[in-house]
Amino acid sequence: MEVFANLALGLQTATGLENLLYCFIGVCLGTAVGVLPGLGPVTTIAMLLPLTFGLPPVAALIMLAGIYYGAQYGGSTTAILVNMPGEASSVVTALDGYQMARQGKAGRALATAAIGSFFAGTVATLIIALFAPPLAEVALTFGPAEYFSLMVLGLVAAIVLAHGSLLHAAGMILIGLLLGISGTDVNSGAVRYTLGISELVDGIGFVALAMGLFGVGEVIANLEHGSERRVSVGTIDRLMPTREDCKRIVGPILRGTALGSLLGVLPGGGALLAAFGAYTLEKRLSKNPGEFGRGAVEGVAAPEAANNAGAQTSFIPMLTLGIPSNPTMALMVGAMIIQGIQPGPSVMGEQPALFWGLIVSMWIGNLMLLILNLPLIRIWVIMIRFPYHFLYPTIVLFCAIGVFSLNNTNFDVYLLALFGLLGYVFRKLDAEPAPLLLAFVLGPMMEEFLRRALLISRGDPLVLVSRPVSAAMLIIAAGLVVMVITPALRRTREKAFQEEL
Amino acid sequence: MRVAVGRRKDFWTGVIYIVIGLSALVIARNYALGSAARMGPGYFPTAVALLLTAVGVTIVVRSFVREGELVDRFAWKPMLLVLGSIVAFGILINRAGLPLAAVVLVLGCAAASERFRIGWPPMLGMAALVAFCVIVFVIGMGIPMPLIGPWFTGIGE
Repeated sequence: MEVFANLALGLQTATGLENLLYCFIGVCLGTAVGVLPGLGPVTTIAMLLPLTFGLPPVAALIMLAGIYYGAQYGGSTTAILVNMPGEASSVVTALDGYQMARQGKAGRALATAAIGSFFAGTVATLIIALFAPPLAEVALTFGPAEYFSLMVLGLVAAIVLAHGSLLHAAGMILIGLLLGISGTDVNSGAVRYTLGISELVDGIGFVALAMGLFGVGEVIANLEHGSERRVSVGTIDRLMPTREDCKRIVGPILRGTALGSLLGVLPGGGALLAAFGAYTLEKRLSKNPGEFGRGAVEGVAAPEAANNAGAQTSFIPMLTLGIPSNPTMALMVGAMIIQGIQPGPSVMGEQPALFWGLIVSMWIGNLMLLILNLPLIRIWVIMIRFPYHFLYPTIVLFCAIGVFSLNNTNFDVYLLALFGLLGYVFRKLDAEPAPLLLAFVLGPMMEEFLRRALLISRGDPLVLVSRPVSAAMLIIAAGLVVMVITPALRRTREKAFQEEL
Repeated sequence: MRVAVGRRKDFWTGVIYIVIGLSALVIARNYALGSAARMGPGYFPTAVALLLTAVGVTIVVRSFVREGELVDRFAWKPMLLVLGSIVAFGILINRAGLPLAAVVLVLGCAAASERFRIGWPPMLGMAALVAFCVIVFVIGMGIPMPLIGPWFTGIGE
């Protein structure tokens, strides 16, 4: 079987001493920063991204992936212990996890989350190994028209799955596209939207954009609340689930993993939707749904498994098509481009060691999390207790140094401030900036594919619908839009996001 | 109800979209549009900017007819302090060097908190943080950031 040969190559790459070390550092740093209340995975990754610039590409991506799971896991820990979910998808974990913690079952909740995440991570890694190669092969046959339509589909799905207003998300996408194409047009050499600023000729710095919108914007928004949130962590009991817990969580973990793996591939908030979906599903299936929200262990197991499976399978479209399905993947794409790798179907063929090494390292990273996190829980608790007013100046300082270090220009630092302002304003207006980041990454590619598609067809836009694959994608995209505009379905969507909150 | 439109979140989001869309449209007039078969540098941005303006107009119009949440108060002080500190860092980093730029940023940011106090423990913490940055980023990772900038050495910028 080719899969095993590939996985063996990956294992060889990922278990190299250097890569193991970077995976370990990534997982630890990711968890340490991720447990800090109020810091979501996107901010964590954006903040830690500069640490990977000096590394070789394989090590850098392995470390970033480690940071990603670490941050996710850390976020769940904080959600369970102090009811402060750092991101939308761990909101669900907080519902029952925090209740368990209040009943003195924090250790069991944490262990359940860890086991659920590890199992989901293992399955999702296998799914990537099985499905990524055939998908990449299909993708290699895609022409510019197919790619353009695929990106349209991706962006439309991101709008549909974004929470909040559809029009707001659509606007965010369009702003992202505009920001993405600023700088030199690869085709004509024309310099666009630089306002005469020479530093912008190479385009807007991705790192400054991501750190500003998410990191700095978040810091200012957190400061708004004035009087500080008191963080109190109860005592943590035994760190092993009971025999009865084990019996109760098998089903939820299996179902959560399945749902998460499936939804994670979708563009937009796949992991978020998976966590909500898995929770609702368990509640429906449960014999005593009244327990949910009052510390049901199933309510921790299912969303955690779904969340982690989704986080993992969201790598599939990124690795095989070069299309990020969520802001975190947009950051990964940005990191790959900074490392000189253009993500897409050819990465697997041209750099098998990188591709398979990354996949195997995902599993190793999950294993490390499982082994490390429970014993290290006391350290994470210390991190959680760290007062925010000492913390945020450090966050801002790391962002500023990170942005500066990329190109050694102070202009990027000013951009950081500008996007920080934008990020804060968008937050105040309830306009979620996540779709912007996706579109920013896709902007230049979309323009280029559209240009090529129309060049081949001599300007006939029908090329987008006369090729079957391209047409199918546009039809799905149109279908999604229709579905969302239809009032009945629209209510379901709103309900899906609001239920249980 | 009518009075409140100017304070609605929807309204202002739409206004921002329109402003960005129209500015992008105006700027794109300087770029050759080309034709569909030979898209010029202005083709794609013009299309996107038009769409953005349309989305913005729709949101603004809708905000007049639909109830919506109101914008609550901006935290001006934290916002200006944090953003100002970042800009100050940008100005100082090449001129005065990393340690001073970092101290200014940390103090400026910290002042945004209600709990900001000058005292020994936070000062020592800041010194440790700055030392950490110097050791890890400049010495460890070799990022070329001056430690003592031209302002102090007297060599022109």
